[in-house]
Amino acid sequence: MSTLAADFADLEPFSEWCLEFERERYAKRLSSTMPELQAFYDAAFPRLEAAMEYLDQYQLDALPDDAKHLLWLCYSLVNVSFPAEVWRQPYVPDSGAARINVIVEPAV
Amino acid sequence: MPHFAKPAEGSWTEHYPQLGTGPVSYEDSISPEHYELERRAIFARTWLNVGRVEQLPRVGSYFTKEIDAARTSIVVVRSADDQVRAYYNMCRHRGNKLVWQDYPGEETNGTCRQFTCKYHGWRYSLEGDLTFVQQESEFFDLDKDDYGLAPVRVETWEGFIFVNLDATDTTPLREYLGELGRGLEGYPFDKMTQVYKYRAEVGSNWKLFIDAFTEFYHAPVLHAKQAVSAESQKLQGFGYEALAYKIDGPHGMVSSWGGMSPPKDLDMVKPIERVLHSGLFGPWERAIEIDLPPAVNPARHRAWGIDSFLFFPNFMVLIWAPNWYLTYHYWPTSYNTHIFEGTCYFVPPRNARERLQQELAAVTFKEYSLQDGNTLEATQSMLESRAVNEFPLGDQEIMLRLLHHTAREYVADYQRGAPTPVAIRS
Repeated sequence: MSTLAADFADLEPFSEWCLEFERERYAKRLSSTMPELQAFYDAAFPRLEAAMEYLDQYQLDALPDDAKHLLWLCYSLVNVSFPAEVWRQPYVPDSGAARINVIVEPAV
Repeated sequence: MPHFAKPAEGSWTEHYPQLGTGPVSYEDSISPEHYELERRAIFARTWLNVGRVEQLPRVGSYFTKEIDAARTSIVVVRSADDQVRAYYNMCRHRGNKLVWQDYPGEETNGTCRQFTCKYHGWRYSLEGDLTFVQQESEFFDLDKDDYGLAPVRVETWEGFIFVNLDATDTTPLREYLGELGRGLEGYPFDKMTQVYKYRAEVGSNWKLFIDAFTEFYHAPVLHAKQAVSAESQKLQGFGYEALAYKIDGPHGMVSSWGGMSPPKDLDMVKPIERVLHSGLFGPWERAIEIDLPPAVNPARHRAWGIDSFLFFPNFMVLIWAPNWYLTYHYWPTSYNTHIFEGTCYFVPPRNARERLQQELAAVTFKEYSLQDGNTLEATQSMLESRAVNEFPLGDQEIMLRLLHHTAREYVADYQRGAPTPVAIRS
């Protein structure tokens, strides 16, 4: 069964990035290689505008599952945009010993 | 040649002569003895922000707050008469922590009709009255009226809940927050209920992280890689100058320009920002229009981007030009460790596009904070070497002078046996 709507079947190979919580997204980013992050970014970034147009046909608090998964994938794209666009590495430069965790995040 | 006007004295620092212009010692950030004094002189007797009223949406809603610097835990609750109340989080029977889950040191929250101690089952109403004693007949002349929860002074200001652990301090919260607090009143904090909250354990004195967030002198350098390279080079060449600084007793603020929301040149921002119309400064399109209260953008400069208010000792409010805000809290756990909390507050998004704009702002905040946090541990370790004991501060670092000056004054007053200062005036 597909995770995303048919319009976004091209992103199905990256459905493992449909992660609900920031902690999961950030952990996956840190445990991925740069080529893996780049492949996801290169596939998803050109689809971001279309994804927002698709999602905006729904109320944010009434998203069907496939739309919710697409939104989660977009959250992951936001998280991965830093390594892909500026850092050229999964972790934030000059942040070695520092940790900061989300303890409250929006429900959707 | 300065880009923005300074006071007639020639500098912001000289406008506030009590601060001096000489090099500053950070002994107050590396001395275990000084920290022990700060715990009693500052954290046990000033107004401390512990949360917002939205965390207590209905009768029986509660949350706990660990205040390690005061060696205590409190529970804050909305009582049946719709009041925000606070108590020491302690059963009156044998002193067990009253409200906690699996780990006594972890904060918790929820909704309940009464508080029940998990040790021997004593119960307390939301108003703090002892209502039930297990096997009451086994006790000796026990009058339950004598054993209600120990109350903590609590007041709210603009929806922010503050407690004061000093029962003898009668300074009203609003008076304590002074001119800067009054100047923020009317900002629609209550409309910004979409919350992202972050928590970090940091290996530095609490004041060093406040230092890092009350000056932007570091921004073009430490965060150089956050911007695209052309923008980064431009920022480093420009350096940093604030639009204004205001100091009011122990509190202060820095008002800053910001040209990234929206940017003048789209090539100066990252590709994801171009698509989402958002970034560090938040969504480029404002969710609501706001008539800024007088303390915000005091220079009334059109290039204004963000104001950072420090309410002594450990509460910061950051108002961003695109109409959202951040709070920072710094909770000391020892002389060289503290817990940092950063919370982003947005107007609830109306659609996925707005939701993603906020996600980018929140994620960007985290990337910056990781760099700030890491620097602090490097600073703390070298300060503790005491190889050098005094450090020069520039005019753009006036808020650091204020913080360390105020902390030392509070400790000195405490050592003299002076009553709680309403606010240290020059």
